[in-house]
Amino acid sequence: MLAPAILSGRPFSYMPGLARLLSWLAVAAVFAWSWHGAEIRPLELAKYSGNIAILARDFFPPDFSEWRSYVSGMLLTVQIAVWGTGLAVVCAVPLGLLCAGNIAPWWITQPTRRIMDICRSINELVFAMLFVVAVGLGPFAGVLALWVHTTGILAKLFAEAVEAIDASPVEGIRATGARHIEEIVYGVIPQVMPLWASFSLYRFESNVRSASVIGLVGAGGIGQILWEIIRAFEFQQTCAIMIIIVVSVSLIDAISQQIRRAFI
Amino acid sequence: MHPAIAIEALEKTFRAEQRVLDIASLTVTPGEMVAIIGASGSGKSTLLRHLSGLVRADRGGTNRVLVNGRCVQQRGQIARDVRQIRAGIGFVFQQFNLVDRLPVLTNVLAGALSRLPLWRTLPGWFPECERVRAHQALKRVGIEELAQQRASTLSGGQQQRAAIARALVQGAQVILADEPIASLDPESARRVMQTLADLNRQDGITVLVSLHQVDVALRFCRRIVALRHGRVVFDGAPSELNSRVLAEVYGGELPSRELLPVTTDALLPAYARA
Repeated sequence: MLAPAILSGRPFSYMPGLARLLSWLAVAAVFAWSWHGAEIRPLELAKYSGNIAILARDFFPPDFSEWRSYVSGMLLTVQIAVWGTGLAVVCAVPLGLLCAGNIAPWWITQPTRRIMDICRSINELVFAMLFVVAVGLGPFAGVLALWVHTTGILAKLFAEAVEAIDASPVEGIRATGARHIEEIVYGVIPQVMPLWASFSLYRFESNVRSASVIGLVGAGGIGQILWEIIRAFEFQQTCAIMIIIVVSVSLIDAISQQIRRAFI
Repeated sequence: MHPAIAIEALEKTFRAEQRVLDIASLTVTPGEMVAIIGASGSGKSTLLRHLSGLVRADRGGTNRVLVNGRCVQQRGQIARDVRQIRAGIGFVFQQFNLVDRLPVLTNVLAGALSRLPLWRTLPGWFPECERVRAHQALKRVGIEELAQQRASTLSGGQQQRAAIARALVQGAQVILADEPIASLDPESARRVMQTLADLNRQDGITVLVSLHQVDVALRFCRRIVALRHGRVVFDGAPSELNSRVLAEVYGGELPSRELLPVTTDALLPAYARA
């Protein structure tokens, strides 16, 4: 294992001079190689600064005349995130346990982990586009997209938490003659509960943000309204929506912070 | 009557050909309180963990471990019904092995898991009779008022007594205690040992306790089994345990400081002097 030097008791050693130089050169080479592909043109920022200033000015003052529709769009986005995250948490509990090396044998953990890798590696926006094709335009496609992607993420995080537990309380439960599943419910889950709750709330926060994006592909919510308004060049209204998103996300962050405290 | 514990030809080899246990035969009668002594690494913990089926003996061979007359493992195979057998064996660990974040009461109720159906245990719907039993067990070990607290808020001695209460809720006829006082201060250690001794004398529970301190073993147990390199090198009454035996048990590894009270006969309890 790659334990930090402090934990392993090994003296911390700096890389020798030449190796260090070479690794810095390698990093620089990667950035230089990517320059062309990414079409980095810093001069254009200066050249078009006038345009950017005009665009920025067009955003103000924000136009809240349609605020009822924005707020109901935002609420819909939160509702999508609630269901997408909730279903994902429910699925990630058993799947996370099946991914944990100290709970399940390798022939279960390995295939389960690979499936979770797939769920995780495909962006929720891509899933949203696919589900829109499958179940039609609307919020349900958004819920399905968040569900699949978030399950992949949470299963991995849950499994890592389980792999880091202290085995001795579990052995204490086992020694009473408890069944395997009771060892998990009484010995494992109480230990990982604070982390699991924290991960779930964090994913809920990011799913609120993601849900505002997947609206762009027709999966409902504030994103859909945002997309229509940006395409109509209504920047003052765009500004109003962005403010609503920022306020909502900050509010949810604050609330989940409070909930998290209750689990510790 | 079955022996409480019966061990036959128990051998355990860890990797690198290291023989950690080699016990030809060891029998404990119901109602006995037996101390296992020996230097660190002599196989005390490994022996106790075999008795609960937490560790498998070497495959093959003729090894067999019976507790309460039921086979825990034989020929390196854990019995299929080991969970029911474990229910009759209370295991007390050096580090208590309670679940820190659960209330003491829930930790103690865990002793009832093996006899309750899953539809009750998974959501935590323990029947009233089990709750009463858990409270009685906590009262018995003297920490009833701590029932609702999280286990992590208890002192070491209190946690160890909660662990004993869990064994009581199991209805264990045998308690295996693996260095139960090694992490405790002297007063807590005394109370834990006294609790085990009371359960042994008043309830007839067989107690097999591994101990680091020979003087504690002499004070609380009428039979002492000494291990060295996984072999039984002494098995007898405290009165037979003299400094020559102890020198063999600890192989001169242990400085005399820890042995001193033992070797001075005047300090031994009455039954040990004889």
